[in-house]
Amino acid sequence: MHPAPSVILFTVLSGLGFGFLTCLNLGLALPQGIGGFLAFAVGYGLAVGGLIASTFHLGHPERAIRAFTQWRTSWLSREGWAAVLALLGTAPVALGAMGGARPGLLGLVAALLCLATIGCTSMIYAQLKTVPRWNFWTTPALFFGFALTGGVLLSDLPLAGEVLSLALAFLLAFSFVRGDRRFAEAGATLGSATGLGAIGSVRVFEQAHTAGNYLLREMIHVVGRKHSRKLRMIAVVAVALPAPILALLPDGLVAMIPAVLFHLIGAFAARWLFFAEAEHVVGTYYGKR
Amino acid sequence: MTQLPATTGKKLGLVVDLDTCVGCQACVTACKGWNDQGYGVPLSDQDPYGSDPSGTFLNRVHAYEVQPEAGPAQIVNFPRSCLHCEAAPCVTVCPTGASYKRVEDGIVLVNEDACIGCGLCAWACPYGARELDAAAGVMKKCTLCVDRIYNENLPEEDREPACVRTCPTGARHFGDFADPDSKVSRLTAERGGFELMPEMGTKPTNRYLPPRRKGPPEAASPLAPLLDIQATGFAGWLDRMLGKI
Repeated sequence: MHPAPSVILFTVLSGLGFGFLTCLNLGLALPQGIGGFLAFAVGYGLAVGGLIASTFHLGHPERAIRAFTQWRTSWLSREGWAAVLALLGTAPVALGAMGGARPGLLGLVAALLCLATIGCTSMIYAQLKTVPRWNFWTTPALFFGFALTGGVLLSDLPLAGEVLSLALAFLLAFSFVRGDRRFAEAGATLGSATGLGAIGSVRVFEQAHTAGNYLLREMIHVVGRKHSRKLRMIAVVAVALPAPILALLPDGLVAMIPAVLFHLIGAFAARWLFFAEAEHVVGTYYGKR
Repeated sequence: MTQLPATTGKKLGLVVDLDTCVGCQACVTACKGWNDQGYGVPLSDQDPYGSDPSGTFLNRVHAYEVQPEAGPAQIVNFPRSCLHCEAAPCVTVCPTGASYKRVEDGIVLVNEDACIGCGLCAWACPYGARELDAAAGVMKKCTLCVDRIYNENLPEEDREPACVRTCPTGARHFGDFADPDSKVSRLTAERGGFELMPEMGTKPTNRYLPPRRKGPPEAASPLAPLLDIQATGFAGWLDRMLGKI
């Protein structure tokens, strides 16, 4: 799949934002006064910034409001609702925190809405049978993993940050290796795609068109996989690095800033690969993956 | 609405005969031609006369080589377009309701005025039936020529999809799969018509007819007597003499 920068920015940033807001809503971090304002502002900024970035790849962003109508069937529509409700639900908690109040029940509700948003985002990808690598439990697990790890790191919770960073690195490595088997498991081959497999082995004799098209650019985007082995290593190491950083450096911003930076590097590398390595079954018609 | 109808009155669709298709691309051209001026925005081209031409098409014809266990390989021309699935995954993922499946005849359509061009429906389709138009920013797909098949301004013989009407070998057939006596239903039953990628669970309406079994290759060519040329005259004498040595 085409790793569109707008979608990578959106999923990483809004995921981190909603993960951080989840932590704040649960009262895992209790910044107060101006600190509370800044913390919630960072959470809102990331979440809203990511959502705005997601509209950049639309053919008609001016009609985006229509995306709220089909929540009965569409995960994309549900994500829109969940995001708006989560941002609205977080507002009273944020106001309370600035005044020194604990989040309480309102915070719990807002945190669940934030988690629902992350879940809806992941299901947009996990629901697609056509992309077997995404159509697996590791997709929501990774989206929750990145959002909550990032949120905990931003909340300056060293012990939880160490544990989650290591767990996420393992999950990421597992998803890379396990994902390589998904396409074969889905069973789509040129034989089943053309129905000619019953006669014999099928291969492409001549392509349907000599130049590129939307399908090749969007779904059969193989250029992005060029450095996938190196990027996999970079992603796993960068995601794990916050653990030693938090363990070795003194608590506070000195440890938190590099930890979050490495986490973000890992998140962007992993999200690039999430798209670039995802093979769509339509590629079989072109003899490609 | 993106909720799929439980059942549709008709199940309109196509039968594509892989035995008779010669890969002439006439259906590709006829489709592009009609849909440039029919339903919705035209199918745009980018850099059509330049070095990197690209464009939106609703129908593409591939060519495959099939190698049976024994005997020579076969070339099969393979038109690919929307299959108007009963469990169309492209419809349910649409966030705006622009994609829908018609209750009356089962045609899957895009309301281009409501399409935000997010591309998720194209991701959900296993068959590559949907292409986002680069000029208009909306999703384009086969409409089964909905603006031809019910069009009373056209002569009756033209009230079928442009690809079917134009096919010079009669490899494409249009009809109602809900009617067991329709031409498409009978063809499917008689010739063992199949679905594409059934493992994707999309329940396509369109069916493909497999290439007919070819008989075993003739032991001797029917042209053999003509090829058995007997030399005469001096060449004949030389032939006989040299044969005896």
